[in-house]
Amino acid sequence: MPAPPLVSVENLVRRYPLPAAPFGRRRHVAAVDGVNLTIAPGRSLGIVGESGSGKSTLARLVMALERPDAGTVRFRGTDLFALPPDELRRMRRGFQMVFQDPYGSLDPRQRVERIVAEPLDVAEPQLTRRERADRVAEMLAAVGLSADAATRYPHEFSGGQRQRIALARALITAPDLIVADEPVSALDVSVQAQVLNLLMDLQETRGVTYLFISHNLAVVEHVADDVAVMYRGRIVEQGPAAELFSAPAHPYTRALVEAVPDLSSFDGAGSHPPATDADADVEADSESGCPFAPRCPRARAVCRSERPRLREIAPGRAAACHFPGE
Amino acid sequence: MKFPRAAAIMQRPALAAGATITLLLAMVALVSLVWTPYPYTDMNIAMRLQPPSARHWLGTDQFGRDILSMLMAGSRNSFAVGFVAVGIGLGIGVALGTTAAVRGGIVDDVVMRLADFTFAFPAVLSAIMITAWLGPGAVNAIIAIGIFNIPVFARLSRGSALQVLSRDFILAARAAGKGMARITVEHVLPNIAGILVVQATIQFALAILAEAGLAYLGLGTQPPNPSWGRMLNEAQTFMHRSPWLAIFPGAAIALAVLGFNLLGDGLRDLIDPKLRRARS
Repeated sequence: MPAPPLVSVENLVRRYPLPAAPFGRRRHVAAVDGVNLTIAPGRSLGIVGESGSGKSTLARLVMALERPDAGTVRFRGTDLFALPPDELRRMRRGFQMVFQDPYGSLDPRQRVERIVAEPLDVAEPQLTRRERADRVAEMLAAVGLSADAATRYPHEFSGGQRQRIALARALITAPDLIVADEPVSALDVSVQAQVLNLLMDLQETRGVTYLFISHNLAVVEHVADDVAVMYRGRIVEQGPAAELFSAPAHPYTRALVEAVPDLSSFDGAGSHPPATDADADVEADSESGCPFAPRCPRARAVCRSERPRLREIAPGRAAACHFPGE
Repeated sequence: MKFPRAAAIMQRPALAAGATITLLLAMVALVSLVWTPYPYTDMNIAMRLQPPSARHWLGTDQFGRDILSMLMAGSRNSFAVGFVAVGIGLGIGVALGTTAAVRGGIVDDVVMRLADFTFAFPAVLSAIMITAWLGPGAVNAIIAIGIFNIPVFARLSRGSALQVLSRDFILAARAAGKGMARITVEHVLPNIAGILVVQATIQFALAILAEAGLAYLGLGTQPPNPSWGRMLNEAQTFMHRSPWLAIFPGAAIALAVLGFNLLGDGLRDLIDPKLRRARS
């Protein structure tokens, strides 16, 4: 009997209105279009996909920072969007977030101590000044920063150090889940590995579960146990990281994997998703047919007429393709 | 954004000049509370309309009052008007502007259309309307000037708040469980404070000018309370015989406005280097 999932996402949909043409019908684009996923406690899930695939929107929905148009996000079985605002705010101590841009995610007007302690303001407002300072010092040590960092301002730190500060802040309430949205992609390549290793160390020592979002396959393979590949707001393939990358079943996953010259290195160059034309064929995103068909080298007649559903292709693995693994 | 240091201020001549003038005037206003060469209400008909001399440095007016004493006491009035009028504009304007930015939607529309409406009237003309309606007097003049400072600060704080609200640290604060009211106080206001201080300095100069204008028209401070604007008005009759009656209060007004404008511009350059580059 497997443990109940930490997070379960069901049929999640989030649409954004497109700029309307004059007198035209208001059109929407679905950034997240019917996503289902579960994360077991202690097992980290990586989400990969090109920019515009809906990864970041999914992250904000899981964090309940945005309301979905349909579907639910459950955290430890509780539907986050059914909670009254007060209870949701108290619940937030269990799931925290690390953002992509370490220059934008820390308030430039606050000292590091206040930044790191901010989640405690809501989670544990009864703490004394002293107790807060101790907790901050403990977290700064855990992420490898010296104690005197607490009295300094964010602009005095490098990108990697700032991301450590962001991590200390995310960890201070001892959350079960950390949603990390491209946490290393804004960093120098040499610093990326340090921060990734820190993330993994913290996972071991503190038992946190990551929802780890990245366009960089090498990074995801390094951190995640399971991987979900997103394309146009949908999950097109899902499975254990090692299997999925060694034998991709969906042609889109394969295209992503083949575009990476060397998975064992953190070389940022060349690890971006293939430069296939993602925007040119928005019109082709009709109701019927596989959304990837216009870009798929193996597309057949059925691919243009019938949308493939995400189905199990092997134990623990699923793909949304009529001809998986071909 | 870092807070400027004293050394950085002194490297900028305009800012240094503005700060010096403003500080000097502030000191004069403070000194006038305890000391002026003569009591500014003392009349001495035998000494009327004296040109500047050793006894009366800036001469005397048609009642024999000492001009320097009146100017010193008048600076108090100008500062009081500036502080209160800008305070009204800042307090109400920032509250409205940030609320509009945070709430958006209909609240935003209503607040901003009201601001547009108020803004559409020339400020001094509207101040004249308000004082004509409420009756002349220093307090009503201050209220009138204050009201027309509200849309200035409402717009500025809304625009700057929107910019701050789009930053990731706002999302991070929400993820930490903070509500929007708390986020506004803890994150938005500190991040727009610099811009607001700059604008407040510039509005201060405008308030002094507006008060002088109202007083000149007889709608502001009433006699015997001293006011630069009213001194100009009274000087009019004696312009040809005793031009210093007009020159000195005129110069005082010009100096105060110049000082605050230089200070405001200098502070803006210091706080926002991007703006400086764009201008040069």
